[in-house]
Amino acid sequence: MTSTPLADRTTAVAARATDLSKIYGQGETQVVALDGVSVDFQQAQFTAIMGPSGSGKSTLMHCVAGLDSFSSGSVRIGDVELGSLKDKQLTKLRRDKIGFIFQAFNLLPTLTALENITLPMDIAGRKPDKTWLDTVIEMLGLSGRLGHRPSQLSGGQQQRVAVARALASKPEIIFGDEPTGNLDSRSGAEVLGFLRNSVRELGQTVVMVTHDPVAAAYADRVIFLADGRIVDEVYEPSADAVLDRMKRFDAKGRTS
Amino acid sequence: MFRTALRTVLAHKARLLMTVLAVMLGVAFVSGTLVFTNTISDAYQKSSAKGFDHVDVAIRPEGRKSTGDTLGKNPELTQSLLDKAAAVRGADSAVGVVGDFTAIADKDGKLIGGGFRTQGGNYWGTKDSRYPLVSGHAPQGANQVLIDSKTAERAGYKVGDTVRISIDGPVLTPEITGIFTTDDGNVAAGGSLALFDTATAQRLFHKTGAYDEIDVKAASGTSQIALRNALDEILPKDVASTITGKQLADDQAQQISDATSSMRTALLVFAGIALFVGTFIIANTFTMLVAQRTKELALLRAVGASRRQVTRSVLIEAFVVGAVAAVTGLVAGIGIGAGLRSVMSSFGGSVPDGPLVISPGTVASALVVGIVITMLAAWLPGRRAAKIPPVAAMSSIHAKATAKSLVVRNTIGSLFAGAGIATVLYATTLDSTDGQAPMGLGAMLLVIGVFVLTPLLSRPLIAAAAPLLRVFGISGKLARQNSVRNPRRTAATASALMIGLTLITGLTVMAGSLQAAIDKMASSAIQADYVVSMANGNMLSPDVEKTLRSTDGVTATSALRSAPSRIDGETEYLTGVNGATIGSLTDFTVKDGSFAIGGTRVVVDEDTAKSHHWSVGSRFTASFEEGRKQQLTVAGIYDSTEMMRGIMLDNATLSAHQSDPSDMQVMVKTSGGATSSVKNTLEKALGDNPAIQVQDKKDISNSVGQVFTMMLNMLYGLLAMAVIVAVLGVINTLAMSVFERSQEIGMLRAIGLDRRGIKRMVRLESLVISLFGGVLGIGLGVFFGWAAGELLGTKLATYQLVLPWGRMALFLLMAAAVGILAALWPARRAARMNMLAAIKSQ
Repeated sequence: MTSTPLADRTTAVAARATDLSKIYGQGETQVVALDGVSVDFQQAQFTAIMGPSGSGKSTLMHCVAGLDSFSSGSVRIGDVELGSLKDKQLTKLRRDKIGFIFQAFNLLPTLTALENITLPMDIAGRKPDKTWLDTVIEMLGLSGRLGHRPSQLSGGQQQRVAVARALASKPEIIFGDEPTGNLDSRSGAEVLGFLRNSVRELGQTVVMVTHDPVAAAYADRVIFLADGRIVDEVYEPSADAVLDRMKRFDAKGRTS
Repeated sequence: MFRTALRTVLAHKARLLMTVLAVMLGVAFVSGTLVFTNTISDAYQKSSAKGFDHVDVAIRPEGRKSTGDTLGKNPELTQSLLDKAAAVRGADSAVGVVGDFTAIADKDGKLIGGGFRTQGGNYWGTKDSRYPLVSGHAPQGANQVLIDSKTAERAGYKVGDTVRISIDGPVLTPEITGIFTTDDGNVAAGGSLALFDTATAQRLFHKTGAYDEIDVKAASGTSQIALRNALDEILPKDVASTITGKQLADDQAQQISDATSSMRTALLVFAGIALFVGTFIIANTFTMLVAQRTKELALLRAVGASRRQVTRSVLIEAFVVGAVAAVTGLVAGIGIGAGLRSVMSSFGGSVPDGPLVISPGTVASALVVGIVITMLAAWLPGRRAAKIPPVAAMSSIHAKATAKSLVVRNTIGSLFAGAGIATVLYATTLDSTDGQAPMGLGAMLLVIGVFVLTPLLSRPLIAAAAPLLRVFGISGKLARQNSVRNPRRTAATASALMIGLTLITGLTVMAGSLQAAIDKMASSAIQADYVVSMANGNMLSPDVEKTLRSTDGVTATSALRSAPSRIDGETEYLTGVNGATIGSLTDFTVKDGSFAIGGTRVVVDEDTAKSHHWSVGSRFTASFEEGRKQQLTVAGIYDSTEMMRGIMLDNATLSAHQSDPSDMQVMVKTSGGATSSVKNTLEKALGDNPAIQVQDKKDISNSVGQVFTMMLNMLYGLLAMAVIVAVLGVINTLAMSVFERSQEIGMLRAIGLDRRGIKRMVRLESLVISLFGGVLGIGLGVFFGWAAGELLGTKLATYQLVLPWGRMALFLLMAAAVGILAALWPARRAARMNMLAAIKSQ
């Protein structure tokens, strides 16, 4: 399999990990979750991270998104180096520059859909950009649901609110952790469609961890992780191509 | 199953600690109150208990009998009567007893024994079997005295020392000739006893030639009854009555239990409230515990445990927790009981000394409260947990409160609260004795009603705080919403605080209003700068007024005397004043005539004038104790006050009828007014006598209000405990909330709420809940204070509601402090929460 060298494609990088390692424990019980991973996430690109359980895909995302600390290497969001940031600065960075979409939606049940969408801005004490907010709400088809509470919404609708929340503050990059994991295939497809549209039409940068080849097929680029290392990547993938690669790693894993 | 339950208890140490602490505090609250109650009443009992070993029959004087217009004489137990009694058949010996208040100063001039229960008496002959001498010899004459060994030890006196003693004002400085031991309960309780020879005692206590009581000892072989019968035969019926030693002891026991019963009731009410709050916090904790463990319990169900087994495992856990907590709580309660007593005595309350009493009842109550209540409290949530189908419980972190049952709850609560308010309002229309029972019942109904209604009340009340919380941005908004998310839990938490604050606010309102009424009473119509009196309310020697009159800076004095007289066939007590100065010392409203007292001219208050049909110029005849009559003329009619009323006449007129006059108090006006230096001068002039108090108006109202102040201080002590319980309750609730919302908190952290924001959110939630409880409690307290005042006001004319705004603000502030304090740990925990684990937990 041929792959374009990463360095060649770094035109405008939204996030970059360089020689990133994450090690848990010490001595005999030591577990290497990430083993010298270097990867760039380009602006206005939809990247999926795939890999079997324990491959380190979630850890990679958490480290790059400033949710988790790392043992060595460096992570940059835009031109900010994460390794040197204190918790407070890291929190501010997440608030202002990063959007999140979680598997379990993670909406606040006490807030309405609209309040959930504007929550990051409320935390920052900023007024949301009205036209942008309307655009996002329009695109996600939530106009009629803004006054509803999460308990009054379906799973798909809740995740659309979560996507709107991630987009509303115009972050530099959005991270999704299995965003379709809790949805049926129709709702899942809808959400993935929105994410792809936000990249194509609004110029967003999205990085998503998934184990679903169908979901990964919505991405512009798929990175494969195994044993804490990037082992492969595919551009403009189809679900079959992704599935095919996955099978190969599994087979390799078993024979090696 | 038992092993599983035990494992669960031990597996969650922090949770275990919380629960044990909550139960322990409940138990400590109850057992502390009981220990305190028992100790105090036991000590009171012992303090008034006197041995009756040396009395087989006591002879006591009969009361005064007046007929027609002649005032009867006070019958006296004379020496000849004693001699007669001693000579009666079956009598071994007879001892005359005389005694009264006697103050002994320690080496620094301070009164020993706190102003009451300091007694003086007579030492009979050269060897008095009642008071065995430890050292020295019997006293003789006014310059020799014996003191009890406890007092001697406390003040460091020994035989040969001179000691400052005061009985009715002037200071005596006799030499201590001996030290004796006594079984007198007063002394055991911290009082003192000084003994003079009999003749001196009779003179000093204004009983020349007479005794207060004659104690007759029976010869061996003569029963008490036989001796009494023999005495009855020889004694004049209208002068003396007899009573056996056994009867004395029985009467005394009855008297003591009567005297302490109201205090016991009051303290038991507290124990009841303590029990209620304790039960409540325990139930609350267990409800949360079980809710927290729904998943775990459901797992047990899923693997095949029956419902009953699940319930039983919860109960076993409750038993273990209850037993541990009951024992530790009992120990803590004993400490609290001891602490309360010392707090009370340090606030100037006269608490008799005595050993700490830990009755079997206390121990039993502690165990019952700890174990039974814990198990009862755990039973309901345990059953609820067992009812949850395994699958449902596995899929969600906690069971959601249903809105449905709140409707029933609100209806019941409204009924209770409505009935409570109606009963309290009805009680305020009754007089103070009839109204007490309905008032108590109404208060209880209302508290229960509000208690049940708190979930309903939480929404509007907390919504009212929204503008304030808005200042804190998103943290405030989230805190407000979180606090009404589980109304039951919020209500349960707030109620713990509510009860304590209701109690304390109600009592503060009442005490404040009473104090104001007393202030008004004490100062109304009094123009004197100082009032001089004996510390125990006994009579003052007329020498005191003489001394004061000649003191520098004193412009006017008037002794106040009281003398019985017979007017129109009724006994009236006349008040003797200094007619020349009383006008400048008082400021009575004169209704008619003039306030002119002197010679045969007297003033009377409106009520007395009305009952005798007198008007200005009326003449009437008063017959006095010594038998003579005098005609008096009404010169003026005045408006009486709570402090002074009746007929006032000139001391010069009165003293002509008195053989041994003494004063109740002396009013003093000075050129310097009421300042501490003037007070000093007066005290110095009186020889720095510890038995005499020089009080200005403020001092007077303070000393009258001392009872309330002391009670209030004791209550503040109890409140402190209620606050600790409340803090624990709030911690519990918050810990639970934080646990339940870990996912949300993780998300908030991920999308950019910093640790400070999270902490602030938890703290504000805690604050909101605490203030909610505080507002409810203070509101209820003011209502009860008002209602109780309406009831009391029927007795006290000057009573009116005074709202202690400062104190109320302080209580609210304290509620806020409880909130902040309780949030410390849960907020920290929330802020430190591992974001990733929180997000992933599913």
